[in-house]
Parts: sequence; structure tokens; C-alpha cells
Amino acid sequence: MGISPVLWQFLVKWLTNSALFPPEASTVAPWMDSLYFFLLGMTATGLLLVGAIITIFSLRYRRSVHPVATQIEGSTLLEATWTIIPLGIFLVAFVWGALLYFRIYNPPVNSMNIYIVGKQWMWKAEHPGGQHEINALHVPTGQPVQLTMISQDVFHSFSIPAFRIKREVIPGRYSTVWFEATTPGEYHLFCTQYCGTNHSQMIGTITVLSPDDYKKWTEESTSGMSLAQNGERLFASMGCNACHSGNAAARGPSLAGVYGSTLQLTNGSQVQVNDAYLRDAILNPSEHVTAGYAPIMPTYQGQISEDGLIDLVEYLKTLHTNYRVQQTLTTPEADQASPPRSGAVKP
Amino acid sequence: MDNATATTEPVMEHEAHEHVYVPQHRHHFETEEQQREAGSFGMWLFLLTEIMFFGGLFFAYLLYRNWYYDAFVAASNTLNIGMGAANTAILITSGFFMALAVWAAEVRKKRVLVWTLIFTTLFGLAFLGVKYFEYKEKYELHHIPGASFDVSQFINPPIDAKTGKPVGNPLPPDVAEHTQIFFFLYFAMTGMHALHMIIGIGLLFWLLGRAQRGDFSAGYVAPIENFGLYWHFVDIVWLFLFPLLYLINRHPLAH
Amino acid sequence: MSEQDNTILRLPDQSTARVPKKNFITAEDGLLSWLLTGDHKRIAMLYLISITVFFFIGGAFAGLIRLELLTPQPDLVASDTYNKFFTMHGVIMVFLFLVPSVPATLGNFLIPIMLGARDLAFPKINLLSWYLYVVGGVMVLATMVLGGVDTGWTFTTPLSTHYLNTHVVTTAMAIFVAGFSSIFTGLNFIVTIHRMRCPGMTWFRMPLFVWAHYAASILMVLGTPVLAISLTLVALERLFGIGVFDPTKGGDPLLFQHLFWFYSHPAVYIMILPGMGVISEVISTFSRKRVFGYTAVAFSSVAIALFGFFVWEHHMFIMGVSNYSALVFSLLTMLVAVPSAIKIFNWSFTLQKGSITFETPMLYAFGFMGLFTIGGLTGVFLGSLGMDIHLTETYFIVAHFHFVMVGGMLMAFLSGVHFWWPKMTGRMYPETLSKMAAVVTFIGFNLTFLPQFILGYLGMPRRYHAYPPEFQILNVLSTAGATVLGIGYMLPILYLAWSLKYGPVAGDNPWQATGLEWQIQSPPLTENFTEIPIMDHEAYDYDWLEHKTKPEVTTVG
Repeated sequence: MGISPVLWQFLVKWLTNSALFPPEASTVAPWMDSLYFFLLGMTATGLLLVGAIITIFSLRYRRSVHPVATQIEGSTLLEATWTIIPLGIFLVAFVWGALLYFRIYNPPVNSMNIYIVGKQWMWKAEHPGGQHEINALHVPTGQPVQLTMISQDVFHSFSIPAFRIKREVIPGRYSTVWFEATTPGEYHLFCTQYCGTNHSQMIGTITVLSPDDYKKWTEESTSGMSLAQNGERLFASMGCNACHSGNAAARGPSLAGVYGSTLQLTNGSQVQVNDAYLRDAILNPSEHVTAGYAPIMPTYQGQISEDGLIDLVEYLKTLHTNYRVQQTLTTPEADQASPPRSGAVKP
Repeated sequence: MDNATATTEPVMEHEAHEHVYVPQHRHHFETEEQQREAGSFGMWLFLLTEIMFFGGLFFAYLLYRNWYYDAFVAASNTLNIGMGAANTAILITSGFFMALAVWAAEVRKKRVLVWTLIFTTLFGLAFLGVKYFEYKEKYELHHIPGASFDVSQFINPPIDAKTGKPVGNPLPPDVAEHTQIFFFLYFAMTGMHALHMIIGIGLLFWLLGRAQRGDFSAGYVAPIENFGLYWHFVDIVWLFLFPLLYLINRHPLAH
Repeated sequence: MSEQDNTILRLPDQSTARVPKKNFITAEDGLLSWLLTGDHKRIAMLYLISITVFFFIGGAFAGLIRLELLTPQPDLVASDTYNKFFTMHGVIMVFLFLVPSVPATLGNFLIPIMLGARDLAFPKINLLSWYLYVVGGVMVLATMVLGGVDTGWTFTTPLSTHYLNTHVVTTAMAIFVAGFSSIFTGLNFIVTIHRMRCPGMTWFRMPLFVWAHYAASILMVLGTPVLAISLTLVALERLFGIGVFDPTKGGDPLLFQHLFWFYSHPAVYIMILPGMGVISEVISTFSRKRVFGYTAVAFSSVAIALFGFFVWEHHMFIMGVSNYSALVFSLLTMLVAVPSAIKIFNWSFTLQKGSITFETPMLYAFGFMGLFTIGGLTGVFLGSLGMDIHLTETYFIVAHFHFVMVGGMLMAFLSGVHFWWPKMTGRMYPETLSKMAAVVTFIGFNLTFLPQFILGYLGMPRRYHAYPPEFQILNVLSTAGATVLGIGYMLPILYLAWSLKYGPVAGDNPWQATGLEWQIQSPPLTENFTEIPIMDHEAYDYDWLEHKTKPEVTTVG
């Protein structure tokens, strides 16, 4: 940005302290604010221009000093001018906005993934390490965080004004947004898509901690089981390992390392295996049959909650061998190894 | 109306017209020709709005057929193609009689007009009658979307008595659920179409009454013409609905 | 300097002037003659009364909303009730006020006269259109009385289909019926404009008011049916429990969004274009000049209508649509902003070398230009993809659309009502009081909605019953403004009603304007013209007006 960082800080702090401007607490916020100031400048200029033209002409040509009007048909030059210049300015806004949009909705590769489930009228945040939060989210500074979100019922929208990010949370499919927090503090979390009676109570607090504090927090607030561990137990209890046992002659394909790979389906198409695919394959298996296998997997639609699906997806993300499946079934919980490392997004 | 003269038209302009002056002339129109053109234009515009109306349903159909092709194929194959084809023929015949009616009005043959209108109506009613039986069949098979919808015949297709083979490929349960969307679109689209037919038949009765009285055999043909446009439009919508709904991946000669 | 220098108003000598005894109002007596009329002017009056009634009901809901938002806590009413308030406010204001406002009242009244015709092409359909409006309105009132609906005016699925037990179907069907009212009005206008122009009235001699209505009518006719089918599908889904929009049954809630916004975006242009038509007429008359760049203004109306059909996805940028489709729609949104800018500049330059006076319609027109500029430019904020992420679903959006709809459209409506009041009623409204009302409205409006831009950037979501305490000051300012605004809107009702009996007689052409409507008596005869005029001059031809020797129509009776 062309403006001196000191000046920027000063300006933004002053605006924030006067309660007319939200704090900038993420890496994307200054980008958003600079676009905003550009657009504000455009608006002020436009308004001043139109206001000046109207005022000056009204005074100069008011009836008492200019009683006879001169009929003027128009001016192609002027028409061209005030077509091209506004168009040019709007196109600048378009390009700038598009770049910002792609920046916000394309997460960097080293993002830490946190799941968000929205339901009437609360937010559930699920950290891979097993920490569960309701209407709250703790994140560290300096670490890109990707939120993978889904709704259990109607449309909601996850909004953190201080980070300048927002995304619709939709039933039936994952939506994602990412951010990197910069300043420790507490910030508003809002649901911004009207979702019924208590829409305005579906709010919370985002707590940004320094990396050390965050580490302390994760250790203090873990519920014992990580998402992947929960997923592992669900994998067994829902009978998945009966077909997906990893044996060569099994009825279902081995799922070790399937996350992030490219899969060939029976209908000839190829798919990239990501969160959304895994969720869909559990709910609509007949449309996602791996080549070489029969379409015999039953659907789990209605039998598993979004939280359960998240647990399973997390588990599959971390599944590198099938050895662990056997181990879990026979090892008592107390003897299990420490939770696997937080589910990083595989490139 | 382009400026033909630069002088003010005389006040008593009626006698100056070469056109036949019909008693149904509305006085806000300058000439009968203007009135007829306006009426026709209005009807075409109205049909354009109907295209947009049905368009929303066609768009939904396009989307879901693309997503759930297998379910759509299975569901479509349970529709009675005989009844659908018969209805298509019936409606085209009805349209044929309507076209004759327009001709009859234009050449001022009152009896031909009345009879062609009667046949148009009869074939229209026949269409609705066949539709009634189709819907009844759907009801009995539990294909009406909602609480009573039953997918079991898609998961375990019944054996065809003649060939000894299942009538269709069995679908997995999750795919079978999507047949409900097909049937919803089927009932919405054909139902909306049938509603337009019912309105049209109501209008036909009204036109019949007036035709019998001779209202349309003395040069005033606009209502017949414009209704003809409407009726042909309803016909064309069916001509799209039939293949899209009944003929998905049918192989009538393969069995 | 005499008083005459500051106004173009020329009233006839009040000691001898009378409102013409024979006019469309006195032509027939009795309630039935009004309820079964085919006269476009009477139908316009019927619409004027009905939309005013609904405006005040919708406005009352707005007052209740702002009252609740004085405090951060949800303390005035229950949350469900509050949700019903903003839903009813939106439904009534959009469908029962803004969409029909200028077209159904001023458009119905003036378009035939401006074209030199005796009536619209289909008078009976015009009457049907009013009845459909009334039925739709009564159904909305029924919803209110039966307990209300709380889906928001946007009926977002699956909330509206499976998660609410209020009167969604009734409201959806009410809007369906009112939508047909709009379709028939638009259809009537298009056929009239194509087929009933008087001799000599070429397309480019038509007043810009007519061009604006033509463009809006195209949108009405092509867009409204898609709303009709969207709402029908919602109703069917609710009634039969099927899942065309329900993801658990394989449906797609985003499909509803596409179908709904395919109409609802053009709807905003349906709402604003007729208002822009009014502004063209008013600016021309009170500058005594032809509108600068007539052709550009005419074509820009059609361009807005055309482009307006291709931008609907900008209401869905954060809903998980493909990034590439978002790019396309953002670009198109920027393109659709340009014709509006062209108009603003053309109107501004109409003032150059004119002879300007500042009567009430002109004050409202100036208000329109300033507020619509702000509203339109804030639309560019929202069309810019990245900016939209932060601003969408907040009070910024609320401020944006109120600026264009209320600061823009409603001001244009009031401008038009004042401008053509003498023509429609034969009486003049009181100028000083009306100027005061215009200024009060302008101040109240800005006080109400400017703070909402700030609230939006701060992140305050829309449709919120309660909010964080630090947002209170701005909300209080907004509510204070709303009170002032309410007063500003009450005043016209009072003095316009007063003027019907006590206002000075206006005469044929108090503004000395050029349109065909000003060359006939006020109020007009039922058949508008005693003889169909021949249009032998351009629109806004003030020279012609000066040299007019032969009166077109004399007062009868």
C-alpha cells in the first residue's frame, strides 16, 4: 500500500476508538479497508461533483438572473466522458474487489482447519484436537486458519467484522473461509443471515491469543478425544470397517491415504477427494462409486449428524495406514497414544 | 401510427374509414385495425410472460435432471407412455380444430366456427380425462410426492409378467429418494399445464356461447384469433413436456 | 424583482377561474362508476388511494422497528414479533408500494395523454390489474391479522419451507396475485406505447417519462412471472412436504435463491426507472429546457432494463457460488451502474444555461439526485466482490437500498405527485408548506440512514432484534431521524387533502410545461382530448410552447 504504515495505524486507531470503525485484527483487514477508503473517496468525489454542478448551475442560472433558457440538445463528447470515466473507475473497483475476493476465499496451503457447525441458534466450533466451543472460537495469531462450515438446518452466515470475513453457512454442503489473526483480543462473531426467531442471539466471541497462550488453551480445554479419534470410533460403530477393512478382497476400497488423492469412479469420471467429497460419499454413496467396486454401500443420510460427519472426515484425513483400525478395536482407551497432530490441509 | 397528414383529423372520423366498422369497436382506438393489432400484440406479450413462468420450472428440471439422471430415468420410465402419446395426439388434434376455427371466423362461416370450437373443447376435455386416469394411476402407485411417497418399487423393481425380467434396474436407496424430485417436477409442470388447459376450456365455453350468437361471424375475429394463440401456446408447452418427462432414455423397441 | 421572477407558476385569475365542470371526476357519479370504470385516470386515482394506505401501514411497521432498535436489548416486543415487523415492512413496501407507485398512479394517468391517446390499450385489464392489487393487498392484511409472517421479504429457503409455522403460503400467494397486477400494468403500457401513439408521435418525440415506463414495463412483463413460479414452488413445498429446495431430500436451496433473485433484482429497476422518468420531466420543466442528451437518457433506460436481467447473482456472492460466476456477475454489475451515472450527469447538465426555479417538485428532484448518487455509488461498493464480503448482510445493505428506494424512488414519487397534482385534481397544493415538508423529509432521511452505513461497516447485521451496546448511539440517531422522516411524510397527506377543496384553481398549464398533458384542461375530460392531436414538434419544445397560438383543447362547460 502506498500509505505509510505509521499513518495508516494512526488513522485506523483513531477511527476505531471513535467507535465508527471496526478494529483491524486480521491480515486481510487492511486490504479491505484500503478498498473501502478508495470507494469512499469515489463516492465523496461523485457526490461533490454532482452537488457542485447542481449548486453552481442553480445559482448561476436561476430565473431571477437568467430569465431565458438556451436550448441545448446535448454533447456527444460529454456523454462519452461521463460514460467512460465512471466505467473506468467502476472497473478499477471490480478488479480490486475481485482480487480481494479470491484472496479471502482461497486459503493458503498451511492453514489450520477448524470446523464450524451452525444450527438454530448457536455456533459449534470443533478443533481437530477435540476442543469443542459453543458461540466462541479461540485462534492463535500468525497462523492461517481455515474454517470449514456447514449448517444443520437453514442458511446462516458466519461473520467476524474485525477480520473482515464472512461466509454463508449452508445446509447440505461445506463452505470455507480463511483468516490469519494479527492482534490478540476479543471480537464479535455474528450470524448475519436471517435464520428465524433467535437470529440476533446467534452471536459469540472470537478470542485471539498469542501462539503460546493458544497452546496453553488447547491443552487446558481438550475434551480428551480429538475429532479424528471420535471419527475412528464412529468408523467402527457404524460398521464402516466391515467393508473398508483395507484387505485386498474387501467389498469396499481402502481409505488409507484417500484424502487428497484423485479417484477414478465407475462412471468414468475422476474426482479430487476433499472434505466435501467425503461427506457426500457417505450420504450419497451410489453416486460416488470407486471404479472396480459394486454400488452396495448403504446411505447414512439421516443416521449421522453433521458433527459425526466432521469426525469421520477428520479421521479419514489422517488415515495413512489401516494398521490403526485394528489397534483401536482392541486397545482400551486409556492406552491410546496422544492425539494425532491437528489436521493440516494436505496439498 | 405514423404521421400520414399534417392536418388535424376531422371530428366525425368514423365515416371516413375504409375499414368495416364493427360494433365491438372500442372508442379509445382510432381504427379497428389498431384495435386488432393491439389485441394481438397484447396476447403475444402475455404468452411471453407465460414462457417466463414455465421457464422457472424448466430451469429446475434442467438442474435436477443433470444431477440425478439415473433417478430421473427410472422415474420417467414408470410414466405411462401410451397415455402420454395419446394425449399428445389429442392435443395436436385439438389445436388443429382451433386453427380451423380461426379460419372459419375469418371467412365468416358461423356453423363451421361453432363446430370446430366444439371439437376443440371436446379434445381438450379428452386430454384432461386421460390426465385424470394418469394421475389416478400415480396415486395408486404411491408416486405422488409427499407423505405417501414410496420408493420401494425403485429399489426392488417388480418383475414384468411377460418377460420375466425386472421392469427396470434396481436403484440404491439414496438414488431412489431422488425420484421424488422427478415426480414433484412432473406434477408441478403437468399440473400447471393442466390448469392452463382448464382455464382455456372455460374460455372456450364462453367463446362458444358468443360464437353461437354470431358475435364472431361478422368480421370481428380478434377474440378467436387471440384465444387461438393462447391455445396453441398451451399445446406447444405440452410438446416440450412430453419428451422431457416421458421419454428420458426410453428404449421401447429394446424389450 | 417581482415575485414572478422566482417561480414559473402561473395560476389563472382566482376571482374568475373555476375547475371545469365537466371532467373525468364529475363525468359519472356513484361508487360503482368508480369501481367499474375503464377510465385510466380513475383507475390511477384508485391506485393512488390504495397505495397510500399501504404506505402508511408499511411505514407504521418501520416506526415499530426503529422504536425497538432504540435500545440494544430486545425489550419492546418478542423476537418472533420483531421478525414479523421487518417482514411485513419489506413485503408491503416492496410489493404493495414501491413496485406500483409511479407506474400505477402517474403512469396510468399520464401515459395515454402523453401519447395523445384516449386511454390505454386494454382498459378492462387495467381495472383487473387494480383489483388484483387490492386482492393481493387484502391477503397481506389477512396474513397480518392472522398472526403475521416472519420469513423476511426474501423467503429464504429452507427457513421459509420447513422451519417456520407462520402464514408463509398466504403471503406467498398474496404476492403472486399482486405480481399479476404488475404484469398486466406492464403489458398494457407496452402495447399502448407501441400501438397507440398519435400521428406524428415518433419514438423519439415521446417524453422521457414514457421511455422510462417502457423500460420498466419490459422488466415487469419478463421478470415477475419468475417470482410467481418461485413463490408457487415454496408454497407447494410447504403444503406437500417435498424437497425441491431441501438438501436432505436431494434438493438445492441455492436454486431458490437463483429463481428468486432473477426477478428481485430487475424488481429494483422496475421500482426506480419510473421515478427516473418523473425526474426527467421535472428537471426539464423547472429549467425551461429540453433534457440534455435526450437520446442518451432514453437509451440508458433501456440499457438499465437489459443489463438489469443479468446481474442477479450479486445477491449471492458469499453463498458458495463458483468464484468464476461471481467474477462475471460483478463485472456486469459494474456495467449496469454506468447508465444510471449517465442519467445523473445529463440531468445536471440540463440545468446549464437554463432558467431555474425551485418549486417543490424541483426540490424533491434535487433531493433525488443527491441521494440517488450516494445510493447508487454505494451499490458499486457491493458489486465489488471483496468489499461485498464484509458489507453484505449488514446495515450497509439496508442503508444502500433505502437510499436508492426512499431517497431516490420515494422522493421521485413525491416530486411527481406534486408536479402533476394540479393536472389530476385541478387544484394547486400550498407551496410554502410543501417546500417545508420536502426539506423536513430530506433532513429526516439523512439522519435516519447515514448512520446505518457506519453501522454496516462496523458489522452490525441486518434483521437483528438486539445488538451489541456499542452500536446504540448510531441506532438512536437513526430512530430520531425516522421520527422526523415520519413527520415529513405525514404533511403531504394533510395539505394535499386540504388542497382538494381549498387549494387555488390551477388552470390548464400552471407550470407552463410542454407535454401534451399540459395542453388540456385540469382535470382532464374522460376522453382526454376532444380531438386527437397531431404531434408536429419535438418533446420539451419550449419554443413551440411560446409560439403556440391555437389552443389544443378548450375547457368544456
